[in-house]
Order: sequence, then structure tokens, then C-alpha cells
Amino acid sequence: MTTGRLALFILVLALTAYLPRMIPLAVFRRRITNRFVQSFLLYMPYAILGAMILPDILFSTGSVVSALAGGAVAFWLAYRRKGLLPVALAATATVFVVERLMAWFAMGGL
Amino acid sequence: MKEKRIFTQGMKDGMPVALGYLSVSFAFGMLALENGLPTWAAVVTSLTSFTGTGQFVGVDMLAKGAALTQIACTVLVINLRYLLMALSWSQRLDPELNLFQRMLLAFGNTDEVFAVSMAQPGMLKAPYLAGLILTPLMGWVGGTLLGCVASGILPASVRAALGIAIYAMFLAIIVPPARDAKPVMQIILVAAGLSLLMRYMPGLRLLGSGWSVILCGIVAAAFGAWRYPAVEEVEHDDR
Repeated sequence: MTTGRLALFILVLALTAYLPRMIPLAVFRRRITNRFVQSFLLYMPYAILGAMILPDILFSTGSVVSALAGGAVAFWLAYRRKGLLPVALAATATVFVVERLMAWFAMGGL
Repeated sequence: MKEKRIFTQGMKDGMPVALGYLSVSFAFGMLALENGLPTWAAVVTSLTSFTGTGQFVGVDMLAKGAALTQIACTVLVINLRYLLMALSWSQRLDPELNLFQRMLLAFGNTDEVFAVSMAQPGMLKAPYLAGLILTPLMGWVGGTLLGCVASGILPASVRAALGIAIYAMFLAIIVPPARDAKPVMQIILVAAGLSLLMRYMPGLRLLGSGWSVILCGIVAAAFGAWRYPAVEEVEHDDR
């Protein structure tokens, strides 16, 4: 990755976070009263994340099997309201163990 | 000296947020490095964006080689909710604040800072908000740096399993609210279903996966807004 692309990336992230926070305070001070628009904006992050998880999570590891195992553990812990870091670490650990096991079985097990 | 006291009060109120941010940004620092960013870039990203979901999504897309225009559109769409929070702030900010102060404080309007600020009675003073933003920002940037350092210590075999971590985090973001609110759950299912369709239905793969995510997200959110146009969170402007 070139430094130029990285710098542009950082600029893009900074501007896309700052402009929606700044414009209503500096320029456009009217309230949004339209309920459709309000809920649309609030629902958007969940919708985007939903679309990003499937199907890409399945191909995020060495095999679909370990990805499914890691995804299941992540879902279960997220359902139990664990934080971001514990969920991520548990999913990673699951993938690690499952891939070890798969390699071991592939070599003929015992 | 009264201003200083208000500022300190803001910093104190920001402490729980800062602690919560430490672990999330720690995870961000680790992931950023796993995805090929150098430490300086991860830290500068946290310092200049100060946003959770957008940073995770941006780094994921960057690692997949997505075009910057695609990254910009996706992250912008995710961040549009800040418009609502900023509009609520514009009703509550001390009217004496000048344009420069408003533009400066706008930077720190994260979901959590917003939530704490809206629980305060009366108009929001500049020193209070400055303090309320400063501690979480320190937690966010400090946690990122710690995560970068920790990432360097991991053995290669563990790093290979980290590919799933970002999706696990996405799940940790969306599953609890989906559990609490049926509309959110339906929207997520619609978005994920559409995304699968776009990927596997012959003839629908015209769009790259980056644009497909935006399209699925917009359609699912519009469906949700049409079906469940109920909004409480941002509405409670005056208790």
C-alpha cells in the first residue's frame, strides 16, 4: 500500500465522519421531522453491516468449516451481549482450534 | 474559574465512555495492522475519524483493495446517522457559541458522547462538551496504539485466524440491537438476504461487491423505514 493511498484513505474516512457531524451545526440548522428519513438514517448502519457479513464471513478464514464455527461462536456471544473485543477474540480462537483439528485429521489423525 | 470546573465535569462524565472505547479501539488497532496498515496510519485514522463502525468497515474494504470512491460512499452512508445527532445538538448547544466553536465540537459527536450529552439538563456549554469529548478521544486513540503494539506480539499461526475477527465484531455490533428490536432484526435479515442474492443469482453480479453492499443497505434501510417509521432515540430532545 503506498503512503499516498493511505493518506487519501485517512482523509476519506475523516471527511465522511466529520461532514455529517458538522454541517447541521454550522449550516443547516433545521430539524428533520420526516419520520421516514429519520428512521432510514438510523437503520442504515445495521443494514450495511448485515450486507457486509453475508456472504463474506464464510470466506474470511482458511475454510468454510472453520468460518462457520467461528461465526456461530461470535453470534452466540454477541447474542449474550458480550463486548466487541471478547466476541472477536473468541471467534478467532475458535477458528484457530478448528483449523488445527482439520489439519490434524487431514494428516490421518492418530 | 467556573469554566474550568465545567470542563473538568465534562472530562469526568466522559470517563466511562473512554473506558468502553479502550477495548473497542484496541480491537481496531489490532485489525488495522493485520490488514496491512502501519501503526501511524491506524493511530491517525482514530485521531481524525473518531468513529467506530466507519473505521472498521473502511479498513476491511481497504484491505480487500476496494476503490477509494467505493469506500467513501459506503462509509458516508453508514455515517449519515450523525446528521440526526448533530441536528439534535444544534437545538441544545448554548446559543452563545460561535461558528468556530460549533465546528470544532462537531468533531466529537460520537454515538456515546451524544448519549451522555443528551442526558444533561439545559443548554450544553462549550467547556463541558470539550471535556466530554476529550477523555473518550484519548481512550480511543490510546486504545488504538495499544492494539497496534499487541498485534506485533501475536504469533503467525494466530494471525491467520484473525480474518474472522472483523465479522465477529460486526456481529457484536448488530446482534444485541436486533435482539431488542424486531425492525432492526428484519432489516438485517433483508440486507443479508439481498447481499446473498446479489452474489449468487446469475445475472445479478453486475455490481462489484462494494456497490452491492451500498445498494443492499439502502434498499433494506428504506424497507425498514417504510415498514417501521418509529424513531425514539433521537427524539427525546427535552426529557
